[in-house]
Amino acid sequence: MITDVLTAIALYLAIQDFNKVVFKKQKLLIELDKYAPDVAELIRTPMEMHYIPLKVALFYLLNPYTVMSCVAKSTCTINNTVIAFFILATIKGSAFLSAVFLALATYQSLYPLTLFAPALLYLLQRQFIPVKLKSKSFWLYTMQYAALYLCSLVVIICLSFFLLNSWDFIPSVYGFILSVPDLTPNIGLFWYFFAEMFEHFSLFFVCVFQINVFFYTIPLAVKLKEHPVFFMFIQIAIISIFKSYPTVGDIALYMAFLPVWSHLYRFLRNIFILSCVLIVCSLLFPVLWHLWIYAGSANSNFYYAITLTFNIGQILLISDYFYAFLRREYYLTHGLYLTRQDGTEAMLVLK
Amino acid sequence: MLAAAALLLQLLLLGAAGAGRPPAGRDALREELLLSPLPAGGLAATFQFRTRWDSAPQRGAVSHYRLFPKALGQLVSAQGVRELHLALTQGFWRTRAWGQPPLQAPAGAELWVWFQDTVADVDKAWKELSNILSGIFCASLNFIDSTNTVTPTASFKPLGLANGTDHHLLRYAVLPREIVCTENLTPWKKLLPCGSKAGLAVLLKAERLFHSSYHSQAVHIRPICRDASCLAISWELRQTLTVVFETFSSGQGKKDWSLFKMFSRTLTEACPLASQSKIYVDISAKDKEKELLEVTPSPASVHEAIVQGEKRTYAVYDLLSPSLFNTSRSLNVQLKWKRPQDSSELSTPVLHAQRYVSGYGLQTGEISTLIYNTHPYRAFPVILLETVPWYLRLYVHTLTIITKGKENKPSYIHYQPAQDRRRPHLLEMLIQLPANSVTKITIQFERALLKWTEYTPDPNHGFYVSPSVLSALVPSVVAMKEVDMEQSPLFTSLFPSSDGSSYFVRLYTEPLLVNLPTPDFSMPYNVICLTCTVVAVCYGSFYNLLTRTFHVEEPSRGGLAKRLANIIRKFRGVPPL
Repeated sequence: MITDVLTAIALYLAIQDFNKVVFKKQKLLIELDKYAPDVAELIRTPMEMHYIPLKVALFYLLNPYTVMSCVAKSTCTINNTVIAFFILATIKGSAFLSAVFLALATYQSLYPLTLFAPALLYLLQRQFIPVKLKSKSFWLYTMQYAALYLCSLVVIICLSFFLLNSWDFIPSVYGFILSVPDLTPNIGLFWYFFAEMFEHFSLFFVCVFQINVFFYTIPLAVKLKEHPVFFMFIQIAIISIFKSYPTVGDIALYMAFLPVWSHLYRFLRNIFILSCVLIVCSLLFPVLWHLWIYAGSANSNFYYAITLTFNIGQILLISDYFYAFLRREYYLTHGLYLTRQDGTEAMLVLK
Repeated sequence: MLAAAALLLQLLLLGAAGAGRPPAGRDALREELLLSPLPAGGLAATFQFRTRWDSAPQRGAVSHYRLFPKALGQLVSAQGVRELHLALTQGFWRTRAWGQPPLQAPAGAELWVWFQDTVADVDKAWKELSNILSGIFCASLNFIDSTNTVTPTASFKPLGLANGTDHHLLRYAVLPREIVCTENLTPWKKLLPCGSKAGLAVLLKAERLFHSSYHSQAVHIRPICRDASCLAISWELRQTLTVVFETFSSGQGKKDWSLFKMFSRTLTEACPLASQSKIYVDISAKDKEKELLEVTPSPASVHEAIVQGEKRTYAVYDLLSPSLFNTSRSLNVQLKWKRPQDSSELSTPVLHAQRYVSGYGLQTGEISTLIYNTHPYRAFPVILLETVPWYLRLYVHTLTIITKGKENKPSYIHYQPAQDRRRPHLLEMLIQLPANSVTKITIQFERALLKWTEYTPDPNHGFYVSPSVLSALVPSVVAMKEVDMEQSPLFTSLFPSSDGSSYFVRLYTEPLLVNLPTPDFSMPYNVICLTCTVVAVCYGSFYNLLTRTFHVEEPSRGGLAKRLANIIRKFRGVPPL
């Protein structure tokens, strides 16, 4: 519970600072006349942004998922705390602390490795170093940050080695995360897939699923290099959906960020049906588990179906927020009321 | 004394004459049959065939095999085996109803082997040994692998001669699912020198043996001292077969037994290769005056011995004595009950145990073992060995041992946790049992979900947990004298006893049947398709959002259908779409 409170405090402070940054950037862009003339209602004001940090902290603390992980005494809360401190350190601009916390998070569960890219982009932005592959200062800073991160990671792993006097923990911890030997049912997609997998293809599909978590980083970095905090949000969401042993605590972490993008509400397309899907699936999980394991009147397919639906709901939620974000960016630069050449109201499509 | 001197002389002669030629070993066969009536009215028949071979199997050189079977001799020399114990059992010995067993074996197949310390790779030798034995005995012993093999540290001490007991040379495995049938009996009988053609083995007919409540056949190979001075080592092969016939129709009380009734055969001659061939019938009675059994034909001699802490009287029939077959060509030992047995004579065994699994649902459960010490005033320790397969994840912090309402702390615990798909849990404890008490040992576990190929073809039958082993030195009611190992009847000499005040007992509990949650076996393609669809949904949406940009929609000229519709509208005079 203390770790939950620490996470909430860290998120509160981080989002407070982030809001200041957002507002400054917005002001700069308005002065530079980068925005279209009729987007006044899309501009964010300090008044509406005042309560967002508090909302973020409350979203995290009062989320039923957080309460459930707290009651279950899961170590997921410690993971969340470390990632929250990493976000705070990044947004505050301290590369050293950010690298240390990221190394701690990677040491615990390997997947936060992908958060290196958004953190790097944010720190570059803060140092006003442009992201150009030919720029020398870009590479210098990248090397510095990477060196900090790798050194802290090596230090932590060597400390573990001296604690245990053997390297056995590396295959036991990281080999376990990557090779998914234990098939205890959870809310993710892996367990039933590997329970029903033909032995011949097991290694192939393990590799495919693990690559699936890591390979969204580079395309997202290319697309969202101006908005690293949103990139971080998407990345955390992808990790918590596709990691090999997901828990509801991971979901609670990225859901805590949703108030930060509350200004995107008008562009979300399916928010009602997705929130219904998520709520209904969360309620059905324990029911169908009980029916399978204790009552014996359902079988594993029922629980698996809910797993599928829940994950589809999460995926569509994330892509919905991504769509809304991109759409708002388009409107900001091209104007809110778009007209076609003949003056009629225009439709916006992705092509 | 004289026999020992003669033996030594013979050895010297052989040694002098056979320089450069491997010595031909002397071997001797003793066959014994023990018929003991059970308190509840059944009858237990225990056969024992002891072949002693006064030579060591030569590794690489040719040994001459006469009575000792060549298959086993070559196996022992090739794999570097010091001791081998294999038992195939069908049924469960009900200790409470039938009394202490002479030699109990767990249901299924049990194999434990001590290897010589010259063996370099014990695991490899164990694998080869189990495969070869699987071929010799037509049993599925090839299913013995690292997931059901353990290395006990305290429970299985060598029963033969041993100069060191490094427990890394010991391997123990149980296959509780193994079924014993005629296919296993036939190769077992073939190992006997006389086969099933002469001697006591003619009684071993499969159709009667497997129509019983308990059937256990075992092979034990161990090195023993050649004589009292223990200057040389002999190899002893014991083949034992225990079968329990019970009254199948209830309410008929005690039935009268005879060899013909039990085995549908009678004995006509002893095995010509045997040096001793005897039948012992247990006619001990609690009260000297009131005899329980009447045995016909009347026995030639009566032997008294102290077996398992109690004084027992045996009627002896010596098949090698010429007077036995004087009156009739065949020997059919008949037992008649003189008077009905009243329940006050039924003695509960000093040590017995039971085990069960409790809990509901397919997620968690609890294994409970109850150990009873019914001795009125003596307490003694017992070593409990539990082997639990890896897919039942034990929580050792929930292990509780309660005796008479109070917690009982074991003086020695050895726990080796399981590794998924590699080795099972091993839990060994030395527990002190107070007099006249019940000890309850409970441990909780969680059930794992396995890959669909790891389930047996009948997954809803459940998974077996091997029986747990209890080894104890039970204090005997009557003090035992130092008995001559060679002459005493059956099983007092398999377990070496250090002193006469206690005797060694090894008990096995019931195997457990535990259900695991099963995935749906008809679904592999469906699951792959659906899960990959979900991953593709994510990939698709992200691909769209990452590679495409927003554009204002250009009014399109319309597809083919629209143009056709416009043409038709022009004809009708209606404005176009």
